[in-house]
Amino acid sequence: MTETTAKLAPTLPAKGLLRLSPINQRRMENFKSNRRGFWSLWIFLVLFTVCLFAEFIANDRPMIVSYKGEILVPIFIDYPEEKFGGFLAETDYRDPVIRDEISANGFMIWPIIRFASNTINLDLPSPAPAPPTWLQKDSVCAKIAKRTGGSRCADLEWNWLGTDDGGRDVLARIIYGFRISVLFGLILAAISSVIGIFAGAIQGYFGGMIDLYFQRFIEIWSAIPSLYLLMILSNFFQPSFFTLLGILLLFSWVALVHVVRAEFLRARNFDYVRAARALGLSNARIMWRHVLPNAMVATLTFLPFILNGSITTLTSLDFLGFGLPPGSPSLGELLLQGKANIAAPWLGLTGFMVIAVMLSLLIFIGEAVRDAFDPRKTFS
Amino acid sequence: MAPLLYVTNLSVAFAQGGQTTLAVDRVSFEIAKGETLALVGESGSGKSVTALSVLKLLSYPPASHPSGQILFKGEDLISADESALRTIRGNAITMVFQEPMTSLNPLHTIEKQIGEILSIHKGLTGERAKKRILELLDEVGLRDAANRLDAYPHQLSGGQRQRVMIAMALANEPDLLIADEPTTALDVTVQAQILRLLKDIQNRRGMAMLFITHDLGIVRAIADRVCVMTHGKIVEQGKVADIFDQPQHPYTQKLLAAEPKGEPHTVSADAPEVIRTDALKVWFPIKRGFFKKTVSHVRAVDGVTVRIRAGETVGVVGESGSGKTTLGLALLRLISSEGPIAYLGNRIDGIDSNAMRPLRRDLQIVFQDPYGSLSPRLSIADIVGEGLEVQSATLSLEQRREIVAQALIDVGLDPKTMDRYPHEFSGGQRQRIAIARAVVLNPKFIVLDEPTSALDMSVQAQIVDLLRDLQRRRNLAYLFISHDLKVVKALANHVIVMRDGQVVEEGPADAIFTSPQSDYTKTLFAAAFHRDGTQGAA
Repeated sequence: MTETTAKLAPTLPAKGLLRLSPINQRRMENFKSNRRGFWSLWIFLVLFTVCLFAEFIANDRPMIVSYKGEILVPIFIDYPEEKFGGFLAETDYRDPVIRDEISANGFMIWPIIRFASNTINLDLPSPAPAPPTWLQKDSVCAKIAKRTGGSRCADLEWNWLGTDDGGRDVLARIIYGFRISVLFGLILAAISSVIGIFAGAIQGYFGGMIDLYFQRFIEIWSAIPSLYLLMILSNFFQPSFFTLLGILLLFSWVALVHVVRAEFLRARNFDYVRAARALGLSNARIMWRHVLPNAMVATLTFLPFILNGSITTLTSLDFLGFGLPPGSPSLGELLLQGKANIAAPWLGLTGFMVIAVMLSLLIFIGEAVRDAFDPRKTFS
Repeated sequence: MAPLLYVTNLSVAFAQGGQTTLAVDRVSFEIAKGETLALVGESGSGKSVTALSVLKLLSYPPASHPSGQILFKGEDLISADESALRTIRGNAITMVFQEPMTSLNPLHTIEKQIGEILSIHKGLTGERAKKRILELLDEVGLRDAANRLDAYPHQLSGGQRQRVMIAMALANEPDLLIADEPTTALDVTVQAQILRLLKDIQNRRGMAMLFITHDLGIVRAIADRVCVMTHGKIVEQGKVADIFDQPQHPYTQKLLAAEPKGEPHTVSADAPEVIRTDALKVWFPIKRGFFKKTVSHVRAVDGVTVRIRAGETVGVVGESGSGKTTLGLALLRLISSEGPIAYLGNRIDGIDSNAMRPLRRDLQIVFQDPYGSLSPRLSIADIVGEGLEVQSATLSLEQRREIVAQALIDVGLDPKTMDRYPHEFSGGQRQRIAIARAVVLNPKFIVLDEPTSALDMSVQAQIVDLLRDLQRRRNLAYLFISHDLKVVKALANHVIVMRDGQVVEEGPADAIFTSPQSDYTKTLFAAAFHRDGTQGAA
């Protein structure tokens, strides 16, 4: 048929990456028309991208060093101090001796903030936790400033948001802490969604006994108090980023199961699913092509809120002291310090502001996504 | 005599996303006291919107009235404020809606629902209200009304609910009753009862009625005058007899001629038997108790024997819940059943889904609701070509698209539209797409599960013609499931009448339609054909 007759079918339009189906185009329009959510997404994306490159923004080693005609990249490579005439295994570029040596024989390009998350500022005008430098009186700064040949606070290396009780720069810790929180939240939300969708899909599509037993299992499983379990486990070993992720994952996947299961239960009796069965499609294929797209609407709507939940869980664990290993930059730990040092309000305030802004942005995005997927929503 | 309701130049516009669409365009009509005016048209013609705007029941905005006047007893309803409208709604003008399942509050008893209206408009409460409610329920013919007062809507059948709705509408002795497709969701026999009831009540009370319907048979049975609407305009209005005998406007002529017509093809006596089943049973277990012991069964299909030969159509008729659809699904092994099913002489019951898969290309199905049977997220090419992807996996994408295009031409669609999505098509076009999906695999047997019920009359006739044409060209065997006897008459060679899962009567179509034997078949046919004795000639 295909050779003899003229071509009947129109040629397939070229499929680009960004070619959206009409439904998705409409959703995109709906999303954009929610100004608050749209701007929140951009602000969040900018913040997140910036924080992804935290090492280039806040670091205690320069990005590029030109020393005796040689171009060095300390941000990627550890150079022993011998190279610059010292004796330590790792170079401390903040050391005035090294600094002078390099500037005498070349130059250094520093990140904007010359502190990494765990760099201790040794030139503090007042004992740690020190307030933001711009809040200090010049008389207090004078003694320290003399070391570098200045006399006022402006001549010091600034801690924009002060330091914590270990003398570490709060701004640098926030940049690293934001990154770790969002990454943790994203990974946890992504993996638990995949598991949740899979489990919900199997339950909803097959129904019957599978559904019944799985539901009972989930009910018992979600009755285990995960916070206590974490506390007990953290007595046995020091949780790292990934062990913490694993433990939280054990319980967080349950969140989506009910939604996806309900969608699959509903959709499996749709006529087009029946028609697909009559065409001889396999169950896996029907689930993937016909039912999952329905469930995705509910899932995507839920996702920002799951992401928020994941971030909050990590923060609260850090706050309680059961979270990431000591010394890691984390927002929860900053809050804990704020609680311990009432006299240093910049700790608690910064921690609160960062968490509040981050969660609000995500909620605004979530609301916009929910509206965009709502078929009844009209924007007149 | 001054008309009761006087509508002039009424327009209704809807604003959406910055665009304004005109749903109703300057319609004018009037209803006198005691008169029945039918507003007839196909879906999307604006008839329901017109009726709803009489009581300003649309949501404003997005709806608005760019022009027009609605005078009820000399008072303009368009400019009336909300509190003035409230005294009219449910009191002087009342409404009965199409869907009896959703128009009653499921959490309130019958007594409470009717009592509410009485207490709002008449201040009747307590024993006096109860007495009045009983009177009303008697009037609408709800049997055993005294014991039904405490019933909740789910305890009543569709017809009973519609009676309750009518009782609510009558509670305050309205001057005008607006009935928006009040019988469309009901079975034919119940439809006939409800229509008779409405007519009786109207005669008794002398109230006016605005009756919205798409069914010309009903118009003929109930209305005095009729307005024909299409695309938001009234194209013709006049006395029912005049319009039916001498339609002036081409649209009215088309509408009147749109009854499914034609005769089924004759099947040669030696045509091979495509599918056959003996004493097929589909029993759904009713499970009770902690251990889910099966206590009894719902006998959805109980011992039905069907034989269908190539090129033959077997019509299955019956009311909702009679097991027709279940029978169709069981024949295709889409639900489990008991009893032998043979395809071309080979048993297909009991074989597993892998063995069944290659046979699926020969056994296809078309569903009732063209909106639900197409996945909204796939393009037409994907929907129609999906079966080919599975059944003829060796085809290239280009070849597959060629076959899909051919199938679309076969069902009367433009293959250039194949990359569009279902929502861009009308109901009739969608049903053609669903048929294309079934025929693209070159099947031998198709189950047609009420394929015309969700469609407008004129589209129904087209689909029936299409199905008959496809059958002739491809020698298809059909199992045609429908509650619409006119469509069955136009297609079926052999008819099975089902009730409660069992066959009440079966035989060649001619014999069944000319001389039905069982009482049930007689009532069914009487309800379906009683009002169109003269339509056979049209």
